[in-house]
Amino acid sequence: MKNSALSCPLELTQILDEYFLENRHKLLEVAAFLDRLDRAHDGADPSSDFRVVAFTRALEVLLDGGPQRARQIQMILSDPTDEPREQLDRKAAWGAYAAPKGV
Amino acid sequence: MEFIEPHAHMISRTTDDYQQLALTGCVALAEPAFWAGWDRLSADSFEDYFRQLTQFEPKRAALFGIQHYTYLCLNPKEGENRELAREVVKRIPKFLECPNVVGIGEIGLNRNTRNELETFKDHVALALEYDQMILIHTPHLEDKYKGTSLIIRALQSFPGLKPERVMIDHAEEHTIDMIRDNGFRCGLTLYPDTKVSYPRAVDILETHGTDGIYVNSACDWGNSVPTAVPRFIMEMRRRKHSEEAIHKVVFDNPVAFLSQSPKFRVASKAPVAVEVGA
Repeated sequence: MKNSALSCPLELTQILDEYFLENRHKLLEVAAFLDRLDRAHDGADPSSDFRVVAFTRALEVLLDGGPQRARQIQMILSDPTDEPREQLDRKAAWGAYAAPKGV
Repeated sequence: MEFIEPHAHMISRTTDDYQQLALTGCVALAEPAFWAGWDRLSADSFEDYFRQLTQFEPKRAALFGIQHYTYLCLNPKEGENRELAREVVKRIPKFLECPNVVGIGEIGLNRNTRNELETFKDHVALALEYDQMILIHTPHLEDKYKGTSLIIRALQSFPGLKPERVMIDHAEEHTIDMIRDNGFRCGLTLYPDTKVSYPRAVDILETHGTDGIYVNSACDWGNSVPTAVPRFIMEMRRRKHSEEAIHKVVFDNPVAFLSQSPKFRVASKAPVAVEVGA
């Protein structure tokens, strides 16, 4: 069911005119977020957290220029296993996959 | 432009939100049963909730000229409690004859556990037994891809299930293909922090087309925007998409899906012409 794809009607310059400023803003938010992690009061290494590890891998996708960057990042942040959990561990998702300890 | 809001938890919203929906063109909405933000203690609590969804909320919506429809279930966040789920499933059938009930939902998975999956299957069996449409919640964030896959596998284990009568909601870039390739209808949920933003929703339509897809706010008691659909309309106009293309996503597609229930009374019609920039 992919017979009605809409191409983006905007030209490159129009896309930039419409979206550059808001994405510049988001880029700076990411940079400031990473700086904030480095300033954590306890001095912990940010890369010790599984979310930061996944986030860093996702940032690499932004630079490599490949297609479907959003989909690639979604997959990096997803649980790669395919069997149901045996038991409920918590109600809420983390935002990145936390592998069970020892895996 | 008139639109349908096919997924909104209005009992969590104020009358001001109903007013904003009416002012921005909403003519009908569908309210799936949902988690209250805390686990209910008994099936009696669900029965009261179902009475609210079938008796009180339609009257509240009607004050603003909005038709109110609903789906009933025990939601995935409480699906781990098998005993409670079985009792709630037993109590649903007596509400299915209510004039605003169009199906079973939003059912699905939360953390992708075995118990949640069994509760999900109980609801699918109930929907098939009573010839009801199904609205499906796919899990959040890292659980979405695996959960969507488990849900589709479970649905395909039911012979006789018609995929065009199943709406799989909260799709994102990595799940939309598996939903549509298997013949199911697909919902994009417009959220401020999770799910999809307005620009990403339009990106998905540009790359996947508009057939069988609708958009919704899924507004509830959390961080969500009841006027997300009209804001999506603004985003489509910002990209210079035609009024016909917009109308298809916000009106024709939800009407086509919901009209599979004989109780749904909104007829499809031609879009109102609006000259952008006039």
